[in-house]
Amino acid sequence: MNGRAIMLLLAAIALALPLSLLAGRVWLDPTDPHLRNAAVILIDLRLPRALLALTVGAGLGAAGAAMQGYLRNPLADPGLFGIAPGAALGAVLSFWTGWAATGWALPLFALIGAGGAMALLALIAGRNGGIALFTLAGLMIASLAGALMSLAISLSPTPFAMSEIIVWLMGAVADRSWREVWIAAPLTLAGIALLLAAGRSLDALTLGERAARSLGMEPRVLQALMIGGIGLTVGAGVAVAGIIGFVGLMVPHLVRSLTDRRPSSLIVPSALAGALLLLVADVLCRVLPLAGGELRLGIALSLIGAPFFLVLLLKMRRGLA
Amino acid sequence: MTLSFASLTLVRSRKTVIDAVSASLEPGTITAICGPNGAGKSSLLMGMAGLLRPAAGKVDLDGEDLARLHPRQRACALGYLPQAVEVAWDMSVANLVVLGRLPHRDSGEEAIARALAAADLEELATRPVSTLSGGEKARALLARVLAGEPRWILADEPLAALDLGHQLAMLATLRAQADCGTGVVLVLHDLALAMNHADRVLVLREGRLVADGAPEQALSREVIANGWGVTSNWLGEPGSRALVIG
Repeated sequence: MNGRAIMLLLAAIALALPLSLLAGRVWLDPTDPHLRNAAVILIDLRLPRALLALTVGAGLGAAGAAMQGYLRNPLADPGLFGIAPGAALGAVLSFWTGWAATGWALPLFALIGAGGAMALLALIAGRNGGIALFTLAGLMIASLAGALMSLAISLSPTPFAMSEIIVWLMGAVADRSWREVWIAAPLTLAGIALLLAAGRSLDALTLGERAARSLGMEPRVLQALMIGGIGLTVGAGVAVAGIIGFVGLMVPHLVRSLTDRRPSSLIVPSALAGALLLLVADVLCRVLPLAGGELRLGIALSLIGAPFFLVLLLKMRRGLA
Repeated sequence: MTLSFASLTLVRSRKTVIDAVSASLEPGTITAICGPNGAGKSSLLMGMAGLLRPAAGKVDLDGEDLARLHPRQRACALGYLPQAVEVAWDMSVANLVVLGRLPHRDSGEEAIARALAAADLEELATRPVSTLSGGEKARALLARVLAGEPRWILADEPLAALDLGHQLAMLATLRAQADCGTGVVLVLHDLALAMNHADRVLVLREGRLVADGAPEQALSREVIANGWGVTSNWLGEPGSRALVIG
């Protein structure tokens, strides 16, 4: 069942990727031999952008599946751990200090922010590996990072910096280069590998924390894998694309019925579905005729995600979810 | 594989819930842990499963300190069934039972088939857990434990939500496991079930062991009067006794 879901999603990505390379403000006609700058548009603009959408989407999808398994809650989202706000705070500080203008500083600051949030999370959650305390620690970090971001925005040294921060926070994979792909891809893959390593323990948690421990699940080991896995996938995603919400919440729901419903079985299909969702959403952002420029990817996902979340809540209320 | 504990003291939320309790349990038997509410029955079972770190004393599995065993080794030897398990995801019965093989890290197809057969679940294997009745779900959760082929089954009130027929069916399944050499320890509230189906009964009160022995001795009128504060009488023949209160 899982193998079929994975093959189906891989086939959809294989179909969507070449189409995404042709779509945009300038539609590329592969049969036109006289198209000027086609190679530059494809290789330097659209291919890294598509690969970045795939990478960030895969990371967010896998993180969402693991989070829902860890918290045994279908409404859980990777943002709950405070790592995305931590990374965003790092990025905001790079704009605030003016370092963002220099090459690698923006993603580096964001990764430092994600790392700081991960370290703080591990420190506060302590040694016993309790899930409730861990989640509360994440919420506190998210809240603190959000407050510090607001403070940084309100104290922006220039209106230009403020504008830059706000636009960046909306999340996008537009105007990115191969540099962002090289930053995000290895970190995301490493993060997904850690989440896959947590798979057995997440399966055991299906029966509750106590039964999971009796099955050999070690709470501290699982907690470390979750901090590392979510930190790398979400941190890398925010570092290169800003805040893109709802992917981690939506995607596991979309693919769960295609799997045997064990959390470990959901991670790879969610990664693939997240990649596909972000790729398709980014293409739509590119081609939608919108006065004043492109629709930001983060906004588009929120516009889709919020009603999805509402429908999910209503279904749960009716006891159908 | 003997499961024993010596001067075992367990502390939860700074409260001593088990106070210097000692016993040695033999495999191939059914042991019932009884006692009034708050006596420490579930805590003792968790301590025996290695899920609570002893504040004093220790639990030994065949002479080896349980605390020194790797969690996976412990999980392979001890099958723990907590009270009122909620299955987080609506998986099939077969996939739920597969979870019992997690500590072994193998597919364990034969063990899973045996567990499904022992719990009479073969026809329900593909059904989602959410569609099961209370009795079917309890059997599926027991089958999850059986799939791990543990040397000891430690179950916390496994009969609590079951009607009489399902209680007897589950006890028959557990007796069959004991007859195959598996040690079975059950936390039981129903003293008649303990009297008629256990080989040995441990009675706890306020964290202390107040009686330990064959059901006829451990659940005597005096023990019940001291432990539960009620006067009672056992009616009927051994093996089919009924408890009359008052």
